[in-house]
Amino acid sequence: MDKELKFSWTDILKFGAIAGVVAIYVILVGMVEAFNDRYIISETVNLGQIALFSPVFLLGYFAANTARQIKSTGFAVLSSALVGLISGIFVAALLVAGTNINLRSIFLNVSPELLKILHLGQETMALAIVANLIISALVGLLGGLFALTPHKWSNALLVGLSIVLLMGIMQELMTITFGNKDWYKPIGKFIYAQKGLSWGGTVFFLLVGMAYSLWRSSGKLRPAARVAKMPAKQRMTISLTAWALGLLILLALPKFLGSYPSEILTTVGIYIIMGLGLNIVVGFAGLLDLGYVAFFAIGAYTVGILTTTGKLATLGWSFWMALPVAVFLAMMAGVILGIPVLKMRGDYLAIVTLGFGEIIRVVVLSDWLKPYIGGAQGILQIPKPHIGDFVFKKPEQMYYIVLVGILLVGYVAWRLRDARVGRAWKALREDEDVAEAMGIHLVSTKLLAFATGAAFAGLAGAIFAAKLGSIFPHSFNLIVSINVLSLIIVGGIGSLPGVIVGALILVGLPELLREFADFRMLFYGALLVAMMLVKPEGFVPEKTHARELHDEPLEPEVAPEAPVREAI
Amino acid sequence: MSPWSQKSPLKPPFVRPSKEEIMTTVTKSEFILETVHVTKQFGGLTAVKDLSIQVPQKSIYSVIGPNGAGKTTFFNCITGFYKVTEGDIILDGESIVGLRPDIIVKKGISRTYQNIRLFQNLTALENVMVGHHPRMKAGWFGAVLNTPGARHEEAATRKLAMDLLEFVGLKGFEYELATNLPYGQQRRLEIARALASEPKLLLLDEPTAGMNPSETEEMTEFIDNLRKELGITVLLIEHDMRVVMTISDIITVLDYGEKIAEGKPEDVRANPRVIEAYLGRGAATQHEAQAA
Repeated sequence: MDKELKFSWTDILKFGAIAGVVAIYVILVGMVEAFNDRYIISETVNLGQIALFSPVFLLGYFAANTARQIKSTGFAVLSSALVGLISGIFVAALLVAGTNINLRSIFLNVSPELLKILHLGQETMALAIVANLIISALVGLLGGLFALTPHKWSNALLVGLSIVLLMGIMQELMTITFGNKDWYKPIGKFIYAQKGLSWGGTVFFLLVGMAYSLWRSSGKLRPAARVAKMPAKQRMTISLTAWALGLLILLALPKFLGSYPSEILTTVGIYIIMGLGLNIVVGFAGLLDLGYVAFFAIGAYTVGILTTTGKLATLGWSFWMALPVAVFLAMMAGVILGIPVLKMRGDYLAIVTLGFGEIIRVVVLSDWLKPYIGGAQGILQIPKPHIGDFVFKKPEQMYYIVLVGILLVGYVAWRLRDARVGRAWKALREDEDVAEAMGIHLVSTKLLAFATGAAFAGLAGAIFAAKLGSIFPHSFNLIVSINVLSLIIVGGIGSLPGVIVGALILVGLPELLREFADFRMLFYGALLVAMMLVKPEGFVPEKTHARELHDEPLEPEVAPEAPVREAI
Repeated sequence: MSPWSQKSPLKPPFVRPSKEEIMTTVTKSEFILETVHVTKQFGGLTAVKDLSIQVPQKSIYSVIGPNGAGKTTFFNCITGFYKVTEGDIILDGESIVGLRPDIIVKKGISRTYQNIRLFQNLTALENVMVGHHPRMKAGWFGAVLNTPGARHEEAATRKLAMDLLEFVGLKGFEYELATNLPYGQQRRLEIARALASEPKLLLLDEPTAGMNPSETEEMTEFIDNLRKELGITVLLIEHDMRVVMTISDIITVLDYGEKIAEGKPEDVRANPRVIEAYLGRGAATQHEAQAA
C-alpha cells in the first residue's frame, strides 16, 4: 500500500526548515562566499546567490508539488511562498547572530565579507532582514510556480536555464581559449558582459535551450528512430558518416581549443580510460574493486622507472617501449590480486581490494624501495613520448595519445560487451552460482575481468606518467579509485557512453571552476545521493542503450521453421 | 549423445531431429544417468542416503517426496554443486563425480531451479545465449579482433537462442529483461536457457511450482514434448502428483533422503509406504482397508 498522501501546515514548516538548514549549511561551509565572484548573468546573478537560493527553490518546488496533489493550486502556491519565507527567517537569523556574536571561532567562514553578502545589497540590518525574507519567499514562490508549470514547459525551462548556467560558468574558459581569435570577438562581445553573460546572451541561450527541449519533446526530432527506419545500406552510410564526422571533430579539437582546455581534456581522457577499465570489473562482472588505483600506479611507475633520465635513471627506454611493459605488469598485478579474492563476494571483495590499493601506495612510499622508485620524492624527469623527432610536449599533443588510448580501450570494451566473454561477465554479476551451473568457469572468467580492467588502468597510468613528467606517491591515493567508481555510477554502471559522460561531469566540470576545488567532495557526495534518489541507473544507463541498439527489426531469415512452433 | 550436439556448433545446431534420427542415435549406455549408492551428509545430517537410481535414455524420470526429503540436494549432487560424501554418479557411462559444475554442464547435464533463478537484468535473449556458453569457443582475442570464427559462432548462437525462445513460446519477448517477464514465462525462459547448453539430460526442479491448473497442464505437455521433439532425457523433481503420474516413465520416491519406492506410476501410486510418507500412517491403513 502506498503511504497516504498528506500535506498540512506542519509540512510547510518542515519543508521550510529543511530549506533553511540547507541554506545555512551552504553558507557556513563557505560556498556562498567562494562562489560570489563568479557571475553568471551580467553582474546581477552570481553563483553564490544560486548556491544560497537553490535549496529554497527546490523545497518550494517539492512543497508545491506535494500540496497540489492534495489541496488546491492556490494552496500549493501559498505553501511554496511560505516555505521560502521560513527559509528566509533562518538565513536572517544567521545574519543577526553573525553580526552580534563572534561565530568565527567555530565557523571559520563567517567573515565580514560573508555577512556583507548576506545583506543582499541593503545598508541597514532591518532592511537586510526584510530583503532576505522577501527574496527568499519570492524564490520559494518561483519554485512553486515551476512545479505548477506543465511538464513540457518546465522541462524546457530547466534545459534553457542549465545551458545559461553552463555558458556562464564557461565564460573564463571561452575567453582564455578564443579571446584572441578574430572570429570570436564579435560573438564574445554579444554573449558576455564584463562579468557573466550579457542580457542578450542570457536570453539567447535560454531560448536555444527551450527550443531544443520543446523540439525534442514534440517527437519530431528522433534522428535515431528515423535512421533505424531506413534501408540497411543507407543506415550504414549514415552511421559511417556520423563516425567519421565525430572522429574529425575529436581530431581537430585541440587545434581549435588551445592549451588549457586540451589539458583538461587529457585529464578527463585518462579518467575515461580508467573508467572503461573499472567498468569491466564492476559494471560488467560485478566485482566491486576499490583498489583500482593500484594498477594505475603500477602502470605509471613502470613507465617512470623505465624511461626516467633523472637521478633514478635505469634503462632509459622510450615511452613506446615502456608502454607495453607497463600494461603487461598492470595486467599481471590484476591476476595476482584476482587469485586470492576469487572466493570473495560483495563487501569482502571490496575490503580486500581496498587493502591491496593501500599496500601498493605504502610500498611505493617506503624507504625500502626508495633507492629504486624515489619514495615520497617520486620519480622526476620522465621524458615525453616522441615519434622520430616529433615530441608530444604540449597538452594539445598529449591529447592525441590519450585519444588513441580511449579509442583503443573503448573498442575493446565494446567488442567484449556483447561477446561470449561479456555475457559470461554479466551472468557472473547477476548470479555467480547459476553462472557456474550454466557452464561458466568462474576462475578464468573472473581473472579475465580483473586482468582486462587492470591492463586498462596500466595504460592510463603510463600515459599519466608521460603527461606529467614526474610522479609522486600521493597521486595514487584511494580517492582516485573512489573518483573512478563515482564516475561510473554517475554515468550509469555497465554503460560505455556513461563512462564518458560521468568523466566529463565529475572530472571535467570541477576543472572549469577553480572555486570548486574545496567543495569537490561535497559536490560528489551530493551528486551521488541525488543520483541514487532520482536516477539510480545513471545518466546514460546501459539498458536503454542496449534497447536502442536492438530495437531495429530483425532480419526475417531468423524466423525458425514452423513445425517447432506446433510442439507447444 | 543427444542428436544435436554431434553437429558442429558453428552450424545452426537447433534443428529438430526426425523420429528416425532419435531412434538411431548411438548411445554408450542403456542408462543416461546412474547414481551408485550416493550419500550426502551435512555434518551429522544425512540429506541423501545410499541412493541408487538408473535413468534410462530418453525417459522422463521423476523424483518425488515430501518436503525436506533431499530431492534438491540430490540434484545439487548430480550437477556438482555439492560434493557427494560417498558413491558414484555416472553420466552416459562416464563417472562425473568430483567434477566442477561448469564441466558437468559441458558433459551434458543442465538444470532449472525450484525458485526461478534467471539473470534478472539480462534480456531473455541474453539469458538463453549465456546458456549456450559451454558450447562456444570464442575467447578474449576472438571477440576483440572479431575473427570470422567468433562472428559465425555468435550469429549461430543468436539464431539458436531465437529458435529456442520461439520453441518455448517466448517469441516477441527476446529483448525483454528477464525480470519483467510474467512468472510462467520466466519458468519457460529458464528451460530455454537450460536447453541452450544442448544437454543430454535435463534436470527440472519443480517446473510447475506456483502455477495454476491450466498452466500446469500446459507445462506437463511441454515437458512431454521435450522428449518427443528433442530426444532429451528429463529428470524431474515435482510435487504435483498429477503431473508426475501423467508423464513419468519411472518414479523414485524419497523420504528422509532414502529411496522408499521405485517403479512405474501405477505401482508407486498403490505403494503403502508412499502413501504413508505423503499422508501419514493413518491414511496408509485406510488405503489398505479400501483396497481390501
